[in-house]
Amino acid sequence: MNDYFWLGTLPYISVFVFLLVTIRRYRIRAFSYSSLSSQFLENQQHFWGSVPFHYGILVVLGGHILGFLCPKAILSWNVAPLRLLVLEVTGLAFAVLTLVGLANIMIRRLRFPKARRVTTAGDWFIYCGLLVQVVTGIAIAVHYGWGSSWYSTSLTPWLWSLVKFSPDISYIAPMPLLVKVHIVNAFLILLVFPFTRLVHILVVPNPYLWRKTQVVIWNWDRKKIRKSAD
Amino acid sequence: MVFHLDKCIGCHTCSVACKNVWTDREGTDYMWWNNVETKPGTGYPTKWEDQDSYKGGWVTDGEDLELRSTSKSKIIPNIFHNPAQPSMDDYYEPWTYKYEDLFNAPEGDDQPTARPVSMVTGEHIDVEAGPNWDDDLSGSEVYAKNDVNMDGLNQEQRAQMMAIERLAFFYLPRICNHCLNPSCVAACPSGALYKRGEDGIVLLNQDRCRAWRSCIPACPYKKTYFNWSTGKSEKCILCFPRLETGQAPACFHSCVGRIRYISNLLYDADKIRELALLPDDQLVEAQREMILDPHDPAVIEAAKKNGVHDGIIRTAQKSPVYKFLKEWKLALPLHVEYRTFPMLFYVPPLLPVMSSTQGDVVRNEVDELFGDIEKARAPIEYLGKMFTGGNLGKLRYALRKQLAVRIWRRFVTVGDISEDKAKAALAEADCTPEAADEIYRLSALATFDDRFVIPPFQREMAIEMLEDPHDHRSITGFGSRMAPKRS
Repeated sequence: MNDYFWLGTLPYISVFVFLLVTIRRYRIRAFSYSSLSSQFLENQQHFWGSVPFHYGILVVLGGHILGFLCPKAILSWNVAPLRLLVLEVTGLAFAVLTLVGLANIMIRRLRFPKARRVTTAGDWFIYCGLLVQVVTGIAIAVHYGWGSSWYSTSLTPWLWSLVKFSPDISYIAPMPLLVKVHIVNAFLILLVFPFTRLVHILVVPNPYLWRKTQVVIWNWDRKKIRKSAD
Repeated sequence: MVFHLDKCIGCHTCSVACKNVWTDREGTDYMWWNNVETKPGTGYPTKWEDQDSYKGGWVTDGEDLELRSTSKSKIIPNIFHNPAQPSMDDYYEPWTYKYEDLFNAPEGDDQPTARPVSMVTGEHIDVEAGPNWDDDLSGSEVYAKNDVNMDGLNQEQRAQMMAIERLAFFYLPRICNHCLNPSCVAACPSGALYKRGEDGIVLLNQDRCRAWRSCIPACPYKKTYFNWSTGKSEKCILCFPRLETGQAPACFHSCVGRIRYISNLLYDADKIRELALLPDDQLVEAQREMILDPHDPAVIEAAKKNGVHDGIIRTAQKSPVYKFLKEWKLALPLHVEYRTFPMLFYVPPLLPVMSSTQGDVVRNEVDELFGDIEKARAPIEYLGKMFTGGNLGKLRYALRKQLAVRIWRRFVTVGDISEDKAKAALAEADCTPEAADEIYRLSALATFDDRFVIPPFQREMAIEMLEDPHDHRSITGFGSRMAPKRS
């Protein structure tokens, strides 16, 4: 096992499994395509876990995707030191929010018997994976500062080399171990994603915002049923 | 649907029939798609009528109609934690008993007992609430006193309802109302809830439900339930597999008091939005206006144009529901002010004062045999809050007519009331002797076929329009063929 496997091969395995299983699960087992909410069983502490975690991770993940899609915009934003500082502090603040939320989620699921009742081994697996990811992310932000800039100059080209099917790990091979752990763990999460509750991310109900208020479904063809009238 | 409350004996047979058929699975153990409440009382879930805390139904400022819970603009910030979501504590924690302890307990000085254990965690619990905890006014100091419908009553009226010699209660059986303007459907972010066009039954697609939980606070009657085991909402399906084969739903079929009537109605769905904007006290009339006369040739023509089968028009013409609702104006919707236009209507109960104690003497309060609706034990304002959105005129009309029918039948069968007096009572109540006899017959003597006029759903033909049966040879059934389990 070497860098080439972890950074050049694993991403492909993860993405392949991700696509194959998410599509297959949606087609064969749509029933399981959600996150099993436990708010009904425990409604006091639910807010303090779920809400900070989701808002935190949405912003942090959005930042990573932005750096991947438009690295130049990030770099030109960062030319002024004050603006770089604002970006760093914002990112770190939301990362800490994520960690607080995740910790609350895990404590709640351990502490309340009713919440524990609906928590599966798969849930613990994904919570631990996310915990490693968030902790390494915060550690990187603290130890190796200005990540928004070096992410855009080193990680983004590597990710694009993966997209273009000519993986070039030379961009990130010299990175510190902590960064590599963060990257590899990310692809491991992607690998198990389709088997866990994380699939709920893929069924975010955006059509709700533009669909008609009421939904009416006819289980017969209204013209044909008239013809069959006696 | 019509429930005749004067006939309900509170036996819960309907609830048990439903539970045995639909909700005896893990995760549904606390659900009662059909439940029977004692009124005055706080109901199930506790104080479900308190929309300040549960946020059910619609609100309007006269121009816009908006969900009280999570409208489109409010769903985004609240999707991760629904602030109005009731929890299991608002219903009750389902439990069973450790029966095996009765056999396996080691020998000792005490009798072994079967302790209650939670059906969620399996751990011992102290039972503190149940599905009809305040049945027959038990604990009325805690429950009946906190009935939300008593909010508008003055001190005297409240005291009157709680005074022991005047204590009155009635039963309120509740199922999903299969509303015309369902707030659960409007609130579902996934579009899993829908109203079936052909029969108006509100259903929930289990494969599309993603556990966002918005329907549960949105339904003001709290008739969508969260299955904590599968992470899906579930609700009354009006036993559609039974209806499609011409049988009444299980709760209707098993009703001992024969209080339940079911049939279809023709209505004008285009008017829903406009009429839902009206003030509370005009809503009963608005909903009656929406229901169309199935004998009117123009209505029949329009129905045919819209693809309504002749068989369905025929059952609408024979509908007992239409008679109670439109012809006789006896049936009223429950909490019409939630603006969902519930399609389950209640004939309000008569609670006449018969006697009261004065010192040690019991004496008749009224000279007349059937009393006076104004002197009924439950203040008319209380019933008005439940059934007419505060419009007491509509309520008085329904009660007076019921009373007049009794006076008329007393004249016919016993004869100790004069014909003039009986006819005067009918005239005052806007009723004719013929109508009175028909009301009596349909209330007291109705057979299965009178009470349940079930439209032909043509399911065997309709299915061929959607799916080719040949594609499904050697497969069992057309719908979801997997057990409702997450893994």
